[in-house]
Amino acid sequence: MTATAGPTRRDFLCAVVGCAAAASCTDPTHTPFFRDHLLEMSPAEIAEMVARMEAEYRERFGRDIKVGTQGPREGVQFAYALDIARCVGCRRCVYACVDENNQSRDPQIQWIRVLEMDKDRGIDFEHANPYYEADEVPRQGHFYLPVACQHCENPPCVKTCPVSATWKEPDGIVVIDYDWCIGCRCCVSACPYGARHFNWREPTIPPEEINEHTHLLGNRPRPKGVVEKCTFCIHRTREGRYPACVEVCPVGARKFGNLLDPNSEIREVLRSKRVFVLKTELRTYPRFFYFYGL
Amino acid sequence: MQTIRQFFRFTLGSLKIVLRGGLLYWTWVICLLALIGTGIVAYLHQLHGGLGTTSMRDQCSWGLYIGNFTFLVGVAAAAVLLVIPAYVYQWKPIKEVAILGELLAIAAIAMCGLFVMVDVGRPDRVWHLIPYLGTLHLPSSLLAWDVVVLNGYLALNFVIVTYMLFRYFRGKQPIKWVFTPLVLLSVPWAIGIHTVTAFLYNGLPARPFWNASILAPRFLASAFCSGPAVLLVLMQLLRKFTRFEIPDAAIWKIAELMAYAMFVNLFLLGAEVFKEFYSNTEHLIHMQYMFIGVDGHTAIVPYMWLSVAASIVAFILFLVPATRRNVFTLNLGCALIYIGVYLEKGMGLVIPGLTPDTLGEIYEYFPSHSELIISAGIFSVGFLLFTLMVKVATPIMLGEFRSESSDAPSTPAA
Repeated sequence: MTATAGPTRRDFLCAVVGCAAAASCTDPTHTPFFRDHLLEMSPAEIAEMVARMEAEYRERFGRDIKVGTQGPREGVQFAYALDIARCVGCRRCVYACVDENNQSRDPQIQWIRVLEMDKDRGIDFEHANPYYEADEVPRQGHFYLPVACQHCENPPCVKTCPVSATWKEPDGIVVIDYDWCIGCRCCVSACPYGARHFNWREPTIPPEEINEHTHLLGNRPRPKGVVEKCTFCIHRTREGRYPACVEVCPVGARKFGNLLDPNSEIREVLRSKRVFVLKTELRTYPRFFYFYGL
Repeated sequence: MQTIRQFFRFTLGSLKIVLRGGLLYWTWVICLLALIGTGIVAYLHQLHGGLGTTSMRDQCSWGLYIGNFTFLVGVAAAAVLLVIPAYVYQWKPIKEVAILGELLAIAAIAMCGLFVMVDVGRPDRVWHLIPYLGTLHLPSSLLAWDVVVLNGYLALNFVIVTYMLFRYFRGKQPIKWVFTPLVLLSVPWAIGIHTVTAFLYNGLPARPFWNASILAPRFLASAFCSGPAVLLVLMQLLRKFTRFEIPDAAIWKIAELMAYAMFVNLFLLGAEVFKEFYSNTEHLIHMQYMFIGVDGHTAIVPYMWLSVAASIVAFILFLVPATRRNVFTLNLGCALIYIGVYLEKGMGLVIPGLTPDTLGEIYEYFPSHSELIISAGIFSVGFLLFTLMVKVATPIMLGEFRSESSDAPSTPAA
């Protein structure tokens, strides 16, 4: 992130548009209408923006939401692995994710989608059922395939975004700036994994259920009209913790870690198991591996 | 200084022309204004409630708005492409045909812009698309390219039309070396806008229905049908209500060319249908959803067959010389082409492309009332804009609306 020397784009726009916009620029509880792209902002500008954001959330939810800005760590490349032989399709990961990442309760947004598949068909999306009853699982003759953002090496969503509101961070996490997204949904069309979700209405969460531990590029409350998705729990994993879905999984089907650390669990999976990725033919090179552990 | 005064007089005179009209004209204008009004109310409702007021959802996240956008890019492109036959066949009112085509293109692009505006979740942030102020993601995003070429096309057509009409207004002929290169540039540019729009879909390998290289040629072929269909009707109206002279031969020629375009369009569709059904891979499901339905989901099937039927009948009407020369069958053909291409581009491209979604789920999209009302409002804006522009342009082209100071003998320039 580079500090801009001269007057920034935001200064320029505020000057052009005049007092109405200027008022919003100086109001400490509102994110200014005009700003620069996040990757062009200086750390001081980001800190100022985050402070406004937190004040705005305090006003809106009456909660002390902390918006973290922890950057990627040197020598870390995140990856995920999921054991489909163990997964029982209980959807605990889905709901843990909703709670952890402040997904809208009404309308419902869920970043993880668990598909029930027929054992005799193998992985066949055409016959997958995402609406099975979770209290009857695992059902005879079926297996379960949870799908969320695959954090592709070659992400089609990033390529297609007309305003660069989504990008791949140096540690491999594909992120979205919710305040830069224009809501055109090109990325939703481009994603081969149905991982991207749009806020069709104002997202609502009961204030007491909000997770106050958030990240600027992750689980902070989102506005309506923008796209969101799994961020590998960026607010946790950049602090060295596991994503919420890994912790909650009752059968230990979910593995997560640093690809560059030879002793990590993820490397152990890649070493000892036969892994595969979804839709290999699209050359997206997911950072999300599936394997049969049993 | 004199030019500025003349431009002022031009603006004032245009305003007078626009406010002068018979009962038919005013009924038309008031109907359009009423539709625009309801559209605005519905849009305010959508703005407040979010895009949840539409039928679009994550599983099918583009719908009627983007379909209309795509269709209208085709209209904008083809309107200008009419310049080609006008040159090739040396029609007398060649400049007039070009001007009408460009006016239609301007109206169509304006509608395209509005359809994108109502489709995005954050219209307050579209300035992010402006280079320097925002971050236009070139060269990798096709939508970014579309923003560039569509705005360029709008500017180009606007400049050409304003220049030519203002010259006529001042009683002068357009200077050839000024307008010829501009008009010639607008031809490849017209092909460009529709190609880039096709690539917007084409470049998404996650959607096999769109990821077929036949897509851009199909876009162009269908545009060559729908764009001229609008102009054919307009030319007949102008002929009837003004002193505009458009020879029958020109109209018949356009109809004949449209028959060929429709043949290519149907042929390419047939090639696609063969490939999908014969190879019978998992990609077939989208076309199955389009023409047969999947597991009882048949919301768009009747419309798709209507589209094919309308296109085939129109093709025959325009192919047979007797029917394309008959006023009734000619206009019936125009209407059928319009219906055929509109359904095909508006629904048949976007919806089956997204249904079933990438994880195999079928969500049956069908436009909501609010989407229909907003779309009708936008079409009305376009029709109104086009009506007003043609209303001003026609007397200028006929030499009835001139700057007073140009009573002096006009000198055909260069």
